[in-house]
Amino acid sequence: MTSVEFLAWVRGPMFQIAVAIFVVGVVIRLIEIFALGRKADLSKPRGGETMPGIKTIVRRSIPDPGTFKRSPFTIVLGYLFHIGLFITILFFVPHIELFHDVLGLQWPGLPTPLVDAVAIISIFAMLAILANRLRNPVLRFLSNGEDYLVWAATLLPLVTGYFAFHRMLFPYQTMLGLHILSVEILLILFPFTKLMHFFTSFIARWYNGAAFGRRGVQS
Amino acid sequence: MGSALEQNLRAITIADRLRAEGISRRGFLKFCASTASLMALSPAMVPAIARALENARRPSVIWLSFQECTGCTESLTRSHSPSIENLILEQVSLDYHHTLQAASGEAAELAREMAMQENQGKYLLVVDGSIPVKDGGVYSTIAGITNVDMLNEVAAGAAAIIAVGSCAAFGGIGHARPNPTGAMPVSEIVTDKPIVNVSGCPPIPTVITGVLAHFLTFNKLPELDELGRPLTFFGQSIHDRCYRRPFYDKGLFAESFDDEGARKGWCLYRLGCKGPATYNACATTKWNQGTSFPIEAGHPCLGCAEPDFWDMGSFYRALSIPTEDTTRTLVYGVGTGAVLGAAAAAMARSRKSKAKALHYKVSVSDLEESS
Amino acid sequence: MSSSEDRAVNAFREQIDGPIASYLSSCVHCGLCAHACLFYTETEDPRYTPINKVEPLRRVWKSEYTFFGKLASMLGLAKKVTDDLLKEWEPLIYDACTLCGRCSMVCPVGNDISYMIRKTREGMVAAGYAPDGLKGATQRAVTIGSPMGVKFPALQVQIHNVEKETGLRVPVDVHGADYMALLSSMEIMNFPEYIGALVKIFDKAGVSWTLCSEAFEATNSGMQIGSSDLEGELLQRVVDGAESLGVKYVISPECGHAYYALRWEGPNVLGKKYPFQVIHILELLDQLRLKGKLKVEDKVDEKLTFHDPCQIVRKGGVVEEPRSLLSLVASDFVEMEDAGVMNWCCGAGGGVSANERAQPLKLAAFKRKKSQLEALGVGTMVTACANCRINMEEGLEENNMQIEVIGLTETLADHLA
Repeated sequence: MTSVEFLAWVRGPMFQIAVAIFVVGVVIRLIEIFALGRKADLSKPRGGETMPGIKTIVRRSIPDPGTFKRSPFTIVLGYLFHIGLFITILFFVPHIELFHDVLGLQWPGLPTPLVDAVAIISIFAMLAILANRLRNPVLRFLSNGEDYLVWAATLLPLVTGYFAFHRMLFPYQTMLGLHILSVEILLILFPFTKLMHFFTSFIARWYNGAAFGRRGVQS
Repeated sequence: MGSALEQNLRAITIADRLRAEGISRRGFLKFCASTASLMALSPAMVPAIARALENARRPSVIWLSFQECTGCTESLTRSHSPSIENLILEQVSLDYHHTLQAASGEAAELAREMAMQENQGKYLLVVDGSIPVKDGGVYSTIAGITNVDMLNEVAAGAAAIIAVGSCAAFGGIGHARPNPTGAMPVSEIVTDKPIVNVSGCPPIPTVITGVLAHFLTFNKLPELDELGRPLTFFGQSIHDRCYRRPFYDKGLFAESFDDEGARKGWCLYRLGCKGPATYNACATTKWNQGTSFPIEAGHPCLGCAEPDFWDMGSFYRALSIPTEDTTRTLVYGVGTGAVLGAAAAAMARSRKSKAKALHYKVSVSDLEESS
Repeated sequence: MSSSEDRAVNAFREQIDGPIASYLSSCVHCGLCAHACLFYTETEDPRYTPINKVEPLRRVWKSEYTFFGKLASMLGLAKKVTDDLLKEWEPLIYDACTLCGRCSMVCPVGNDISYMIRKTREGMVAAGYAPDGLKGATQRAVTIGSPMGVKFPALQVQIHNVEKETGLRVPVDVHGADYMALLSSMEIMNFPEYIGALVKIFDKAGVSWTLCSEAFEATNSGMQIGSSDLEGELLQRVVDGAESLGVKYVISPECGHAYYALRWEGPNVLGKKYPFQVIHILELLDQLRLKGKLKVEDKVDEKLTFHDPCQIVRKGGVVEEPRSLLSLVASDFVEMEDAGVMNWCCGAGGGVSANERAQPLKLAAFKRKKSQLEALGVGTMVTACANCRINMEEGLEENNMQIEVIGLTETLADHLA
């Protein structure tokens, strides 16, 4: 297969396959959660559910100071990586073109050199995250194959994207093809792994906020 | 046509021809130097080129035009003043060319057959246009002979083949989906001869003549990339030599034709430019003797030197956009997910209610201590 | 349903709901919950990471309630719940967890881990995997009426002492009273001053109240061991007692898990709403304060702080009332670090104190409270849960710390105007 055929394949049928698996899988996973439902709570509520739930969705993104003091590395790296990843995915103009085509929405991008810098920071954050996962006793204890697989699947698009943009390692058509393929792998893994937290953490935060809010505590 | 005069004419070397046209020795050496730089060869090669051209006999070139638009020939012949292109072309004996030859009909075919006979194993075959193979190849015939048959017949005695233009090199527009004529590139039909793919739709004239010059000088084809294209001309992408690259790097893009960014000459990525994934000499050598090239004229690169560039997504949609209908996939995906999800949900609920029915009521008897 | 494994798995199947599915889908193994759990922070044993404790529940969710998990399990690739697993997890779920909920407050993806641990206990106890001490306490609670084996005659002795000391009558089985007060065995046996405090305050405030001889125990061992069936059995006695006396309110005493069981889990475990309202003693006292019916005349001079019982404050929602009440009676009140809904559990509730096997771990966990207190430099700590109280006294003694622990209700009563 030539590099041109490879690029045409990942931009063509493979992309549709990956998107299909992603969408079907995510929808199934979400329906499975809601289908189980919640039994009606017969206790007399002290507070509401909806607003506390929504507040928890927002506020849980802010770490509590005590936990931050005890685990600053994990928290800072988590922020760096997530924010960095979102900036590179959502604010790099060629990506915005992709979203515009697929979703019909577009928004202003950030200057490319800025996105480039953020990408490098994110890559280093990812490397530090792996080191942390391997060295921190709690993380080492909790981590399994899926954690490492998802880590690799998340790092690859960043690294291949960086290499492609900077014309490093392989000729551009191959490198770009690898970048697109790495994203497709991530999409395919999505519904089968903890990557689902991208969607389900909002649900979880809401249920948490609602349960505590009902009792009069903002979690 | 086989007369003594013709045979004499063909015996004259290239240097003789140039002198006959009034080119001085100095002019001839300048021409060799230009050829050397065109082929990215060092100036030390100039004497070798001069020697080779002085002694090289005008090779016979048979040009077969198949399923093509004649754009490649047009590109080649676009010039109003003597140019390197013209000089080179006159250094070959173009024994058969639909557009350029004087003869026609049976006389033309006879000229071709005679050239083949006389130069068996030594003539250069140049092909433009794709070769249709479906339904026995009936979709393009010359003098009742299908393109496939003619190609195979002429290729058999050729020293090398130059596939000029994206059609001959990769199948071109004929090969584009759904390819109703079964259009094929030369390389998929002839597999036992050296082939150079000079792609482009059309190719840059200098690129064609550069390959010829290389063949004339060294009697072999230049170094090729994985797609069979001469590395000298196809080794760099448009993007890597584009004068608008600083705008790409900074993230300044034209968003529509004739918007402020377009008028300022910003990068055309968002308008569909395939420059990053296209390898050709357009950004350096340019067109019309270095006048301009599509991006400089404000139009995104189509990627015409690459295989199947017609099927790589719209010319006006960015390289980062998938080529197929993702919105449709999303819609069908959601629908399928909903159906499968509903099935999974039904199973889950039934499982849960079954578990409830089998609820084990814990009583004091379960609190027997183990120790 | 024969084997213990089957009973556990079936219970897990019953308990898994939408919230749990969203929590287990979202866990990214970040490990931050460990840093919120005092059993981890004071031992650095990673097995005490909260999310790790729900592994048996997670396996059933994965292999039975997810499409892909079910496929994997059909291919024999799923992790199963076995007796060995349940046995190994029992100490993690019962010795190293009080259901304090701090992990639920901290998880970045929003998991309510203590909710899941509570549900996991349902399967554990159905399969017979629970600590002996807790089993014994629950047995006594169901058969005798109190986890400490306290019967009404023993309570009567304490009542008699209180009446003698205060000169006031303790109402018992008074029909039509507004409030029915519950007591925890821990209070009856170790802190009977609480009863005296109630009498004094209610008398001054003119509150119409009563005890119930058939239903005086608030402590719910059923909830601690994690069996809704047993929890319901114990709660039904309270409901029956309240109904027979026709009271409007049932007062939950200074006992954390009793409040959570009665106030929040009760109606769901019984499957119907209460014919009365549940009020925590601190809520009632604060209402009296607002109505001007709770007046104090002098204040406590000592520098003091408040320990937030986890089930009353964070899990219960009674956050401001203890502070408003303390401001009445304290002149030098300082908050410890993390005070309020993020305060650290005493480490003894939820069945831990009834579990002898857990004692060393519980003492180790107390070091968290020790650090909080040492940083403050106080001589007095006020709290509102008898179990917190006795276990902190134990911990303070073990660590040679000279800090007095006092109950909030009794402190107010001691300074009544």
